Amino acid sequence: METNIEHILTQYPKNDRGFLIPILQGVQTFYGYISPEAVDGIAAFTGVSAGEIFGVASFYAQFRFTRPGKHTVKVCLGTACHVRGSGRILELMERQLKIKDGGTTSDGQFSLERVACFGCCALAPVLVVDKDVHGRMSSTKAQKLLKKYEG
Amino acid sequence: MPMLGMPTLGELRTKALAEWQALEQNDRTQVLIGAATCGQAAGALDTIKTFEDLQAKHGLDLMLTKVGCIGVCYLEPVVAIRKPGQPMILYGNVDKRAVNLLTQNWLMGENPCADLAIGVFGDRAMPGIAPISSNRMLGTERLILRNCGIIDPTRFEHYLARGGYIGFERALSLSPQQVIDEVKKAGLRGRGGAGFPTGTKWQICRDQPGKEKYLICNADEGDPGAFMNRSLIEGDPHVLLEGLLIGGYALGAKEGYVYIRAEYPLAVQRLRDGIKQLHELGLLGKNILGSDYSFDIHIREGAGAFVCGEESALMGSIEGKRGMPRSRPPFPATSGLWGKPTVINNVETLSTVPTVMRIGAEEYAKVGADRSKGTKTFALAGKVKNTGLVEVPLGTTLRQIVFDIGGGILDDKQIKAVQTGGPSGGCIPADRLDIPVDYESLTAAGTIMGSGGMIVMDEGTCMVDVAHYFLSFTQNESCGKCPPCRIGTKRMLEILERIKAGQGEVQDVERLEALAKTVKSGSLCGLGHTAANPVLTTLRYFRDEYMAHIVEHRCPAAVCPALITYQVTDDCNGCTLCARMCPNNAIAGEKKQKHTIDTKACIRCGACYDACNYNAIVVH
Repeated sequence: METNIEHILTQYPKNDRGFLIPILQGVQTFYGYISPEAVDGIAAFTGVSAGEIFGVASFYAQFRFTRPGKHTVKVCLGTACHVRGSGRILELMERQLKIKDGGTTSDGQFSLERVACFGCCALAPVLVVDKDVHGRMSSTKAQKLLKKYEG
Repeated sequence: MPMLGMPTLGELRTKALAEWQALEQNDRTQVLIGAATCGQAAGALDTIKTFEDLQAKHGLDLMLTKVGCIGVCYLEPVVAIRKPGQPMILYGNVDKRAVNLLTQNWLMGENPCADLAIGVFGDRAMPGIAPISSNRMLGTERLILRNCGIIDPTRFEHYLARGGYIGFERALSLSPQQVIDEVKKAGLRGRGGAGFPTGTKWQICRDQPGKEKYLICNADEGDPGAFMNRSLIEGDPHVLLEGLLIGGYALGAKEGYVYIRAEYPLAVQRLRDGIKQLHELGLLGKNILGSDYSFDIHIREGAGAFVCGEESALMGSIEGKRGMPRSRPPFPATSGLWGKPTVINNVETLSTVPTVMRIGAEEYAKVGADRSKGTKTFALAGKVKNTGLVEVPLGTTLRQIVFDIGGGILDDKQIKAVQTGGPSGGCIPADRLDIPVDYESLTAAGTIMGSGGMIVMDEGTCMVDVAHYFLSFTQNESCGKCPPCRIGTKRMLEILERIKAGQGEVQDVERLEALAKTVKSGSLCGLGHTAANPVLTTLRYFRDEYMAHIVEHRCPAAVCPALITYQVTDDCNGCTLCARMCPNNAIAGEKKQKHTIDTKACIRCGACYDACNYNAIVVH
């Protein structure tokens, strides 16, 4: 039930726009994405219109409006990762998972995202699966890693 | 007033010092594991698990502590071990195998495994192990990173025992104006990019009428290739919190915010824990330490928009709006968050303030260069041997950083350029490496100090590709409010794409320059003002590479996919790995026979090149 966001809202003061982004983050952390129903609930609570909430949420890269896969693969495309070949790793992931970045596999197992920088530049290229950070990646290592999360 | 029965800071410090000294003279073996995000990426969690398993198996009495990153990321996972009666030894590349060796030989034996050691702490060298200062990365004077990798970042007591909150106590004994004067006298300048004098910024805000003022710490370290702030907060959160406490006092602010990237979950956690500790001890909240000063710190997580590193966009984001910059003036110091006078300082700037207050402005100003005082941290990454976090006095040359501290270029290739300042900065060519790293010299070279990202590039890096990379980043992150940035960066990017594809025209170079100047002068905020820097510096120093792409349809560094071909050399032993990796079935060959690449079917993805274990695939 993605519509029940009461337990998140009650942690914040009512009608205070300054908490709009923390509330959106709370909902996304709990449900993995922001559903239209959740936006309506937040609108009623904060007094900001649903349209404006979409406007704010869609501005930031963090928020997504569709359900994510079971695992989220994030490829770092920071400068150090880029010069050490992370673009090729992203392409490989896209081919392996048969989705583009931002997409989710049809079986709902994996979502693929690109991230500007994780700040682990010294261990470039970096791949993050769910909450696990994997450094010193290569195409072959990345392929093996993906297998670990399959099934 | 502090709650009745609550210990004073002096009492806490005495206790903390006793605890710290007990650690040094402990009868238990102490094992410190670098478990910052970078350490974890290198496998530190496996390292901890292995220590735990061996501890249980052999019934050892170990004190396992997770610490932050000491800076030598290239040697991670990093572990420091202190046996009773022995000095502390720092070890590098401590994977499972190394943990086993260390346990067998040192924890349970008398052999300190000198071949795994990076160095020994303190002045006492050990046979075969040099002092830690002989490692060039760890051997520089540390004012900002002095606790990172040494203290337990979750323990307030450790920070206190290492001289923490002495600066804040001193600040409280002075008037706010005296604190501002001290920061001015130290010559401290903003570490986030432009280098505005911190004391002057504070003064402008303090002089504004009204009682509501805000202090914001900008921890939205959005520059790709920069991780100084993440490392510092993960390794020593209290130094930033102390800086905020001092800053709030000087400004007359009652509330402070830390705006930090959501991509740094561990750093966020460290700050939340630290703030909780300060509340419990009466160091945050009403009438701190019995004084008239009341202050609280709130955390706001960024939601993934690079432009929010720009101060007016950042404030918009805290106010719950789209993070779009507004035109200035008015500057935040007069009209900022919720329209009130606000100071926005970078993490490193605020984290330097406790040191300034503790050792005094005069002592601090002895370090560094003429107009750039003190030390600065840099995130050294890219094609350099020793990657990691370094702290150097301002005025150190780029050559010293890359070659003396960084150990030179990977695989002993030729250095081509050093990129500073992230997407807002520029590339400095190899023949200019002797310029000192200070605000003015870097600006004269066409780049900026920025927050401290430093990416080393070698002959295998294509400068057109680098310019394209940064511009596609800024173009993607442009908020779209002002046309020069929104449309100008898009047009520039299209030209660069054309050049990369070998379809550029000679006039494109002039078009790029003209557009760059318009974007630079006409944009609303810093993102647009600096977006053209990577293009302008590469055009200035590497014009021949642009011309090679345009005139000769050649990518000299063999990077741009449309201009390269992959070939199999005679080193191929027919292992078939490349053929299996090829997504387009463009590689043919029998087992144990040399393979060939069908250049027509090849999509130049580089999968074969990355996969080959025998370096038998070359790129032209």
